[in-house]
Amino acid sequence: MRKLFTLTSAVVVIAILAAACTQAGPAATVEVTREVPVTVVVVATPEGVPVEQPTQAPPAPAPGATGNRLQTVLDRGKLVCGVNTNLAGFGAPEGDSYAGFDADFCKALAAALFDDPTAVEWRPLSAQERFTALQAGEVDVLFRNTTWTISRDTSVGMDFGPTTFYDGQGFMVPAALGATSIEDLAGGTVCVQTGTTTELNLNDAFASRGLEFTPVVFDDIDPTYAAYAAEQCDAVTSDISQLVGRRSALPNPDEHVILDNVISKEPLGPVVAQGDSQWRDVVSWVVFGMITAEELGIDSTNVDTFLTSTDPNVVRLLGLDPEAKLGQGLGLTDDFAVRVIRHVGNYGEVYDRNLGPDTPLNIPRVLNALWTNGGLIYAPPIR
Amino acid sequence: MTSFPQSVSRARPVFWRDVRVLRVIAQIAFIVLLVYVGGLLAANLQAGLRRLGVEPGFDFLRQTAGFPIGEGLPYKPTDSYGYAFGVGIVNTLRVIVVAIPLATFLGVFAGIARVSKNWLVSRIASIYVETIRNVPLLLQLFFWSTAVIAGLPRVREAAELPGPTYLTNRGIYLPGSTPSPAFTFWLIAIGLGLALAIAVFVVRSRYQERTGRPGYPIWLGLSVFTSFTLAGWFLAPERPLVPDLPTLQGLNFKGGFSLSAQYAGLLFGLVVYTGAFIAEVVRTGIQAVSKGQSEAARALGLSNSQVLRLVVLPQALRVIIPPLTNQYLNLAKNSSLGVAIGYPELFSVGGTILNQSGQAIEMLSLIMITYLSMSLFTSLVTNLYNRRVQFVER
Repeated sequence: MRKLFTLTSAVVVIAILAAACTQAGPAATVEVTREVPVTVVVVATPEGVPVEQPTQAPPAPAPGATGNRLQTVLDRGKLVCGVNTNLAGFGAPEGDSYAGFDADFCKALAAALFDDPTAVEWRPLSAQERFTALQAGEVDVLFRNTTWTISRDTSVGMDFGPTTFYDGQGFMVPAALGATSIEDLAGGTVCVQTGTTTELNLNDAFASRGLEFTPVVFDDIDPTYAAYAAEQCDAVTSDISQLVGRRSALPNPDEHVILDNVISKEPLGPVVAQGDSQWRDVVSWVVFGMITAEELGIDSTNVDTFLTSTDPNVVRLLGLDPEAKLGQGLGLTDDFAVRVIRHVGNYGEVYDRNLGPDTPLNIPRVLNALWTNGGLIYAPPIR
Repeated sequence: MTSFPQSVSRARPVFWRDVRVLRVIAQIAFIVLLVYVGGLLAANLQAGLRRLGVEPGFDFLRQTAGFPIGEGLPYKPTDSYGYAFGVGIVNTLRVIVVAIPLATFLGVFAGIARVSKNWLVSRIASIYVETIRNVPLLLQLFFWSTAVIAGLPRVREAAELPGPTYLTNRGIYLPGSTPSPAFTFWLIAIGLGLALAIAVFVVRSRYQERTGRPGYPIWLGLSVFTSFTLAGWFLAPERPLVPDLPTLQGLNFKGGFSLSAQYAGLLFGLVVYTGAFIAEVVRTGIQAVSKGQSEAARALGLSNSQVLRLVVLPQALRVIIPPLTNQYLNLAKNSSLGVAIGYPELFSVGGTILNQSGQAIEMLSLIMITYLSMSLFTSLVTNLYNRRVQFVER
């Protein structure tokens, strides 16, 4: 009995192994037995009726792409977006999801991919862990006020999309200190977050002026400002947009001033992992689409009236010409810009909603105005 | 089906039924599987890194750090990543080396208090242990740094204690000293005194053992040491140490011996937290000594504290040492939470290097190896001591 059992199991195991390991033989030539005619139905629409676009984006890997992040995201049906843990105006929790300038771009990308701005899985990331999360593929894209630098672009293995916010680094001090410039902070203590360009710029700013200081380095944003509010440090340094955002959350916002010194350039924008040109193109052109929409005056309230426009720029942006196939070249639908504008808005709307005059932050656009208004926000032509 | 009796003369069963052969085959198969899976993972990692364009290897440690570190060894941001990591390691060691003895004292004290016959004392110790053990350490660290330390007066309104010692929410500033040219002379005197004291100790304790009369080895050794130290101090051509007092200059205190707020917060948090666990370990050890021992000691006329010191604790130590080692290792690894309250210990500095250079795998393995070495060293030392005091019969 035992011998029989052993023999049978051995035969079964060998059979399974053989079946698994056997290479498929050369494909036998297939005989053509039947020809099936395939009919392509073209729906001729009368003029004036908006064309119904297919809801599923055809996966078309563009030439030169080496990764397949776009396909992964489309298959998943949700976009995994890395955002700030708690920065008012840029990425802060609001109910179940996140709201803010960066968060709105995540929603815009989701709208372009799935026609649903809520198809986002939010991942709050601290400054220290954001790059590792992106490197490991845990998040698809990072909209987390990240500065574009050469070392991040190369040795850290990141690729950057277009700059969505031109910022600079500054200092916030209590008004009672009476400091007006960096020289007044000599010998003082400065709170800063770790893993950021802020740390490096802070050191450069003081070293180049020959001043000493003591840094206190935190890994998360909340303890940094808690220590500053308790006066454990004389100043806190970060991007000026972050300082403005966090000042509004301090107990007495009027008792804090932001110094005039802007000690660095901080172009903030989306980040994707290196080696996937197609995905980076998708992210970039969604942003450029939103900028172009503001240039053309298309926003979420009037986008539907533009669907019958004959202006060639509008036609190309909104994908009204089925022959142009600009969206499909990216791997999205032709009307991806319509989806974005309808659900989220153009660049100006996103700015005003989160950082505009009606918000507590009220950051004047200055550098972030359109190039036609003297700012740096400029999109390459969509054609 | 009946099984026929096997022939007694058969020496070994068929090889596929021989247990020894099967065991070997199974182990070889397991190793092969392990190596294969490991190779798959490594190849996957390499392919991923190549796709990202990140260079594996440890050469990046020679690059300039560029970021400042708040305290520790003398360090400039123009130093290398490797040196910055070393500064982080020293900062961690500074906390651990001070926290372990303090936590042990606190734990032993609280553990003995908990088994005390005094109702109030044992209740207070119980409350301390139960509360601290059941609150997560990170919360306790935040409590210490934001509620206690940040609650101290601000720098410009510092509380002044005799010394002068200043208590502020940025740190505690104590009077320190700097060595003067005569410092080496004093050091030599201390060295001589130490050598002589040890010699006296050995001689007197041998005498005590040989004759049975009290030889006072500890007292004599100590007095020799102190007299040499004092003699060296006063006979030096000038004062060996010059006082260095903290003074408020501009925005911060300068001079003196300072303990930063972050260091103090981490230290207190770790000591209080680990002390509660050590208290339980000590209580276990004391209760493990059979009651007959203390009853017999009382019957011999020893006082309560003598019973504890001479009879109970030496036996309890055998039970205490292994779990105590555990708590020391926990303390060493818990120090990595210092990053949350702003203390630049090794995990914080390592994390910054990781972020700035992008070399996640290398930095994480470096950090893990460092913690592993510290823990292995600690357990080696305590196991050596344990081997001396453990039960001989084991």
